[in-house]
Amino acid sequence: MNRTVLDLWVGFFVAIGIAALLFLALKVGNLSSGHLSETYVLQAKFDNIGGLKVRGPVKSAGVVVGRIADIRFDPATYEAVVTMTLDGRYRFPKDTFASIYTAGLLGEQYVGFDVGGDEKMLQAGDTIAKTQSAVVLEKLISQFLFSKAADGQDKK
Amino acid sequence: MANPVDLIRRLGHASVERIWRLGFAARFFWAVLMHSGSAFRRMPLTLREIYFSGVLSLLIILVSGLFVGLVLGLQGYETLQRYGSTEALGILVALSLTRELGPVVAGLLFASRAGSSVTAEIGLMKATEQLKAMDMMAVNPIARVVAPRFWGGVISMPLLAALFSAMGVIGGWLIGVVFIGVDDGAFWSQMQAGVDWRYDVWNGVIKSFVFGVAVSLIAVFEGYDSVPTAEGVSRAITRTVVTSALAILALDFVLTSFMFRGAS
Repeated sequence: MNRTVLDLWVGFFVAIGIAALLFLALKVGNLSSGHLSETYVLQAKFDNIGGLKVRGPVKSAGVVVGRIADIRFDPATYEAVVTMTLDGRYRFPKDTFASIYTAGLLGEQYVGFDVGGDEKMLQAGDTIAKTQSAVVLEKLISQFLFSKAADGQDKK
Repeated sequence: MANPVDLIRRLGHASVERIWRLGFAARFFWAVLMHSGSAFRRMPLTLREIYFSGVLSLLIILVSGLFVGLVLGLQGYETLQRYGSTEALGILVALSLTRELGPVVAGLLFASRAGSSVTAEIGLMKATEQLKAMDMMAVNPIARVVAPRFWGGVISMPLLAALFSAMGVIGGWLIGVVFIGVDDGAFWSQMQAGVDWRYDVWNGVIKSFVFGVAVSLIAVFEGYDSVPTAEGVSRAITRTVVTSALAILALDFVLTSFMFRGAS
């Protein structure tokens, strides 16, 4: 085969191969949006994280503002320590409330920030003081049953 | 009937033969790597092999990718609609393609389309004593014949797998969005939210690279090691396809267990 034709075909092949990779990275994957140039780290301690997973989203007002980087168990306090990487563009007040919510009935769990009114902002590496654990369905049901049982006893 | 001692001796012979062949394959791999410099110094040789194993495999890869995507779209929609979550079709199609189906199916197709022809070519060169003739002319056949074919396959394979996945995603989009009518925005945004560039796409690329090395090595080795007769070459081609398929599936399991350890 002619050398120039061969070069043309191989060049075409490599070009569309790289185009497919770029398509996968930019259009299918989250290279365009997911990797933030500037991030900072916050920590939060929860009594119970439910089904929270590493790489799960951190949302404020429903907008994704960061990702969960790490989940550890603290053997001293028996709490879960959740480390989050947050978008450097967003700062949150010192009295921000971190709660664990569930998206939809069967959906994934995420950390939601309910912003307070403090003048001071959280700095990189800070720990969020106010947290609310995940709602565990069994606990909710047992609470409900106990309160029902208590009601029944009062009536007698 | 063979007596027990004979049986054990035959078992031992078979084992030793296998291990000897494995050792030979490892040393052959080392020799190919050692002579790879010439494959890159004489680029036209490698380019020619990229043309034969990569460009000529384009059609089968693109068409298969499209059809796999179409089927994933139909089947995924069929199952997801029971749970009322058809917007998740995009993430389903994209994750299954980039993580598993892209590298594995493209690898299997590549082994049968390009690997077998490489084996046949080298096997026939050996049967017609071209390799010996090269040796006589002080041209190292590993540097001149084997290394360019090996690197041609290694370079082509990740590109083909990426094309396969991309075509599959387009196929899933065609079925889901164009024909069935899943919301276009939800399809892409769920996909982008769920597919991580490094974790999903890049691990798929690493997989396809490893498969490329495995398939190319098996193809050139079987050709080089074939019995130089018509029957021997045909057996070598069969072995290439079978061994490559097994190697791809086994390596896929090993790689998956290292890459995706339930972190998400």
